[in-house]
Amino acid sequence: MSLNGAPPMQPPETHDLSRRDFLVLGTSTVASAAVTSDMPAQEAPAAASTQDAAAPATAKASFQVNGMPCDLELDTRTTLLDALREHLHLTGSKKGCDQGQCGACTVIVNGRRINSCLTLAVMQQGSEVTTIEGLGTPEDMHPLQSAFVKCDGYQCGYCTAGQICSAVAMLDEIKAGIPSHVTEDLTQAPQLTPPELRERMSGNLCRCGAYSNIFDAINEVAGGQA
Amino acid sequence: MKAFTYERAASPAEAAAAATRRPGAKFVAGGTNLLDLMKLEIETPVHLIDVNGLGLDKIEPTAEGGLRIGALVRNTDLAADERVRRDYGVLSRALMAGASGQLRNMATTGGNLLQRTRCPYFYDTNQPCNKRVPGSGCGAIDGFNRQHAILGVSEACIATHPSDMAVALRVLDATVETIRADGERRTIPIADFHRLPGDTPHIETVLRPGELITAVTLPPPVGGTQLYHKVRDRSSYAFALVSVAAIVQSDGSGRVALGGVAHKPWRVEAAEAELPHGAAAVAKKLLEGAKPTQENAFKLKLVERTLAAVLAEAKGARL
Repeated sequence: MSLNGAPPMQPPETHDLSRRDFLVLGTSTVASAAVTSDMPAQEAPAAASTQDAAAPATAKASFQVNGMPCDLELDTRTTLLDALREHLHLTGSKKGCDQGQCGACTVIVNGRRINSCLTLAVMQQGSEVTTIEGLGTPEDMHPLQSAFVKCDGYQCGYCTAGQICSAVAMLDEIKAGIPSHVTEDLTQAPQLTPPELRERMSGNLCRCGAYSNIFDAINEVAGGQA
Repeated sequence: MKAFTYERAASPAEAAAAATRRPGAKFVAGGTNLLDLMKLEIETPVHLIDVNGLGLDKIEPTAEGGLRIGALVRNTDLAADERVRRDYGVLSRALMAGASGQLRNMATTGGNLLQRTRCPYFYDTNQPCNKRVPGSGCGAIDGFNRQHAILGVSEACIATHPSDMAVALRVLDATVETIRADGERRTIPIADFHRLPGDTPHIETVLRPGELITAVTLPPPVGGTQLYHKVRDRSSYAFALVSVAAIVQSDGSGRVALGGVAHKPWRVEAAEAELPHGAAAVAKKLLEGAKPTQENAFKLKLVERTLAAVLAEAKGARL
């Protein structure tokens, strides 16, 4: 018998369980064991709705992801990144540092790129979220996805979804006339120069060091003026 | 992360009242620093009051000819505002020198002022830190302190304030508007907003519990050449070792403030009288009373040299 009193986990009927499926199964089993070993199962929801801060609290979060409405009831601690990956199973957005330094979790919310690890899902009520899965598909790639393939803009690929989401929104920021640290004349519209593209992408790190190819891919989509 | 309850406030006064009702409650706006600290359990609010929906996201002209910046205006929007770019260039420059594109899209004007130090001893819960655990000691004073403060330091704390925006606001003589639970509003000059560490480094601003920042107001534009130079270990997305915000007029007079050297933006009005005499004279006055450590004494020279670069650029812009 397992720790939480549930029937023993059935072995998968086939052996093609992916590494990720295996990890997800393992995590959910551990999580439910942790909750139910402390308190009777029927008491858990009641505890969550009280003002007792020691008990996990839940709240509703409704937003759109890639055009699809999502209504979730989440532990208030759930970041947007964890909601996307663990609850909506959109695993394109990656958890790198989980502290806003690496940019692997970059998604586009209401047209703007943000670090999805540094916002709570419950704070995104009514937002429109676009992840890498919403930019394109393997059959119908976004121009930046195609350019990353063409220019070999990655090595391990872990930062790629964040790089592409960031670059898509970054090019829109230049179009909207938003200046950067390297914009020389604040009263003029910023230009698509190499220093502008590089400065604006500094929130996306690549441990493999594929920066020159990443730059080529972005520059190609930007029109090659840079 | 510790569990917390969550609510969306409906008005600034209601937000302040909610924060006063629940000891241990905190406001959340952009969340970029607060959530980071909550994950490390350095911040452990029992209740979060989301102030994003309060309509404090506008930049409006004031009757005096200045600008009133809502506390929820994102750093990107403030830096990109045409009036700010034209009349308060030092503010736009300072904002763009900070953080990353993603973070600036989230971070707010009020939150930027309230962000906490990035001192690694504050972040490392295995280390003593008087700011994190009052009375526990300071790991930085005899530790690795190359990044730390040289001015306004105490025996309890040598942390720096990480904001670039605040340094520009200091040179622009901005004021901070707040509201309290009883509905009382007050205006705090930016010079008085942040405190020096003294023996209570955990108290970083003059805000009272439950007091909410509603706006930052800029006085009418003062013209001049407005510059922000930030010296750091890499050319983008890093905190300042030393930064200089400057407004230099055509006659050579002006204002300067420093970032990266103290617990708050550092401005000494008496030093500004020395501007016509050059960077060394200004630096000498600015750095009076400096107490560097062995590791960060280089900042004394770096202040003077960054000032020299700023004054040279300002002179070039006037020719």
